Amino acid sequence: MRIGVDVGGTNTDAVLIDANGLVVDRTKTPTTADVSTGIRNALGQLLRNRPATPISAAMLGTTQCTNAVVERRGLRRVSVLRLGAPATTAVPPFTDWPADLRAQVEGPVAIIAGGHEFTGKELSALDVEAVKRTADDAARAGLSIAVVGVFSAVNPDHEQRVAEVCARVAGPDHPVSLSREIGSIGFLERENATILNAALADIARVATTSFEEAVHAACGPARCYLTQNDGTLMALDYAVRYPSLILASGTANSMRGAAYLAGVSEGLVIDVGGTTTDIGILVRGFPREAPFAVEIGGVRTNFRMPDVVSLPLGGGTIVRQKGNQVRLGPDSVGFRLTDEALAFGGTVSTFTDAAIVLGRATLGDHSPAMSESTAAAAYAMAMDLVERGLERMRPSSAPIRTIAVGGGSVLLPDCMDDGLPLLRPSDFQVANAIGAAISEVSGGVDRILAIGSQNSQQLRAEVEHEAVANAVAAGADPTAVRIVVREEIPIAYLSGNAIRVRVKAAGPMAISE
Amino acid sequence: MPDLVGHAELDCIAIGATVLGTGGGGDPYIGKLWAQRRTDERGPVRLLPLEQVPDEALVVAVAMMGAPSVIVEKIPSGGELVVALRAVERAVGAEADALICIEAGGINSTIPFALAADLGLPVVDADGMGRAFPEVQMVSFAAHGLSATPMALADERGNVTVIECQSPEWAERLGRAIVSAEGGAAVIAQYPMRGVDLKRTAIAGTIGLAYEIGRTVLGAGRRMDSLLQALTTQLGAAVLFRGKVIELERLTEGGFLRGFLTIAGLGEQGRTSCSISFQNENLVASTEGEVLASVPDLITILEEESGHPVTTERLRFGMRVVVLAIPCAPLWRDSRGLAKAGPRCFGLDLDYVPFETRLGRRA
Repeated sequence: MRIGVDVGGTNTDAVLIDANGLVVDRTKTPTTADVSTGIRNALGQLLRNRPATPISAAMLGTTQCTNAVVERRGLRRVSVLRLGAPATTAVPPFTDWPADLRAQVEGPVAIIAGGHEFTGKELSALDVEAVKRTADDAARAGLSIAVVGVFSAVNPDHEQRVAEVCARVAGPDHPVSLSREIGSIGFLERENATILNAALADIARVATTSFEEAVHAACGPARCYLTQNDGTLMALDYAVRYPSLILASGTANSMRGAAYLAGVSEGLVIDVGGTTTDIGILVRGFPREAPFAVEIGGVRTNFRMPDVVSLPLGGGTIVRQKGNQVRLGPDSVGFRLTDEALAFGGTVSTFTDAAIVLGRATLGDHSPAMSESTAAAAYAMAMDLVERGLERMRPSSAPIRTIAVGGGSVLLPDCMDDGLPLLRPSDFQVANAIGAAISEVSGGVDRILAIGSQNSQQLRAEVEHEAVANAVAAGADPTAVRIVVREEIPIAYLSGNAIRVRVKAAGPMAISE
Repeated sequence: MPDLVGHAELDCIAIGATVLGTGGGGDPYIGKLWAQRRTDERGPVRLLPLEQVPDEALVVAVAMMGAPSVIVEKIPSGGELVVALRAVERAVGAEADALICIEAGGINSTIPFALAADLGLPVVDADGMGRAFPEVQMVSFAAHGLSATPMALADERGNVTVIECQSPEWAERLGRAIVSAEGGAAVIAQYPMRGVDLKRTAIAGTIGLAYEIGRTVLGAGRRMDSLLQALTTQLGAAVLFRGKVIELERLTEGGFLRGFLTIAGLGEQGRTSCSISFQNENLVASTEGEVLASVPDLITILEEESGHPVTTERLRFGMRVVVLAIPCAPLWRDSRGLAKAGPRCFGLDLDYVPFETRLGRRA
């Protein structure tokens, strides 16, 4: 059996899944400040009546990294090694960062000779001596190293060589982040993403170690994995090196869980929580990725992230009335819903109370003191918000299946405006933990190709082959790997035809239960 | 129009330049950061009204040429600008007194400010397009018969090439080949001219206009209706269509990003759709087979949610958008302008009719 755990802002959820992929049990406990106590509690509850259950693997999705960046907590100072001189000096690292985050993270910056052209040719020869000096200084000062080479997506050679030098000089365990493993084309955004990744080194170590300890304490020597924000798995040692891939993994897990529970691989997912509602879209069973820059903690990055619309609507969203005017949110009582909402004997009018008054949900032990007209107005506003969110994500005007998950999804009507009923799979409350438990292993390629008329088919096939090989190398079952993302973006203003190709392959873990 | 351009003014200009970029012109973000860094260090740049440029002053246009997708990855060194300018100055035998933007749309709206801050030169409040266009000859200076050369191209390694061409079209062809050899992007200094020529050929007030547009967009917050109202008054713009992107086809051909998008109507336009074809910049907007607006008029797409303009490269399925038409500079509507940048210069079998006339006929 395997265990999936999702640490959210409000709850820590855990599920137990058997070898056939069926949900055996589930539990929801409050998230604790130290996170690991919450995980221990959840695992303890889950396995309370099954002390001898053999657990082969445990998968974790967590918001710890996101919170660390947003709250500027526990970040490590970063030494930035940019490979691009004489180019790139017009805009140095940290240029557009919020001052408070910059003050915590900014370490020494070196812009040294190295990097490539879009053709893959060297921009300039790598300055190995400068790399040694930087690695030596960083090792002495205990700084993470972020390595960012121009066009490393086209030619990874220089970044790879820097990694080898750093390992020799600073030791193999010294945290080094390579940009090509983190972001895509778009130098400054990728550099920012790589620096954040490097800054999360300590948070990642704590998250992985405490998870592994909690799992081993509760269920013996199970293999442990973290889930990434594309809905696939990574081993803990990889997660320590690439913690940025954990950002937004909860969203991805919940969409993957929704797809799995509903048995659907194409469709929309609405995840209603206590404070927000996320709407995303599934393509071949995976969340579609956001196509451009995402801001995290005020920093522009090009992390690959699920493409979601986040709405200020959840079970705890506050309903206010002033005269004839009803207002909905955007603030929420969040995890205090069961203390503060009218339905639970509290004094705050919430979206949950409105749904109860309208007979759309039965919850709590008090009848909410809210007029039907107020409830109807608030509910209509909420549905308008959801409809607009769905509208933004819908690929076309054709009807599309929509899956509702998350604890707050009970508040939604049975069908939305397009007339198709909402799919509400069993265990929808813990879709995120289920998504973690059923995660697959992936490998990807992101590269600019010069496409001639004769060789284009062959080049595309080579890229797909490489993605499959990467997935298998990462632990996917070679017999079940398939291409899940295939994307080509033409590149403007270049003579000849150049395209940026992104391919991802994924498959279930190769190791048997 | 601001007298001085510093950090905050550049934030506004970058947004306005995206509106005037009509989907292309390159994302002004990197140019903005670069120029802001120089003005933060050296102080703000004086924005010189076109009519105040002395007749004898030497004015040079500086810009980036190449693929925006290369520029966002291989950022310039910063030193190329002065190298290119000095090369043109040597070829002309005089020092520049002021700089000018070749295009007020896209990344090239901000680039000259980086150099101006370093050299203490003013930037003229004018440009050669009043928008963004993809090629060297699609410039008001060329439409009036001025030469693009001597033109200098400089890369981050210190390579500098000066070309003398018998037409702006040749400057485009040769320049494009050099840029390609230098890795897909380079800095250029071109169209050196005296104030007297600049004043009769430049499109006046366009940098100040970009600034004002940016202020309007930022000032409107997310209130789309008041934003559209303000832009209509400010620019003589008209809303062509509101809806959602349901189809997006992009491919590279001859070094350009070409394609089309289809926007499905919402609300009262529910049963109709609007399609826009582009070659880096948006070229033609039509609905039900009928042209609503075409190049050289500006066709700009705003994102409904944020009110911010969207470049072709950032468009995506499902995005809710407002399509605006903005009148081009009067020059582009006469025979000289249409010969350089009319629909037929983009391979379109279409006669240019101002969008105001087209919309008037429909009404």
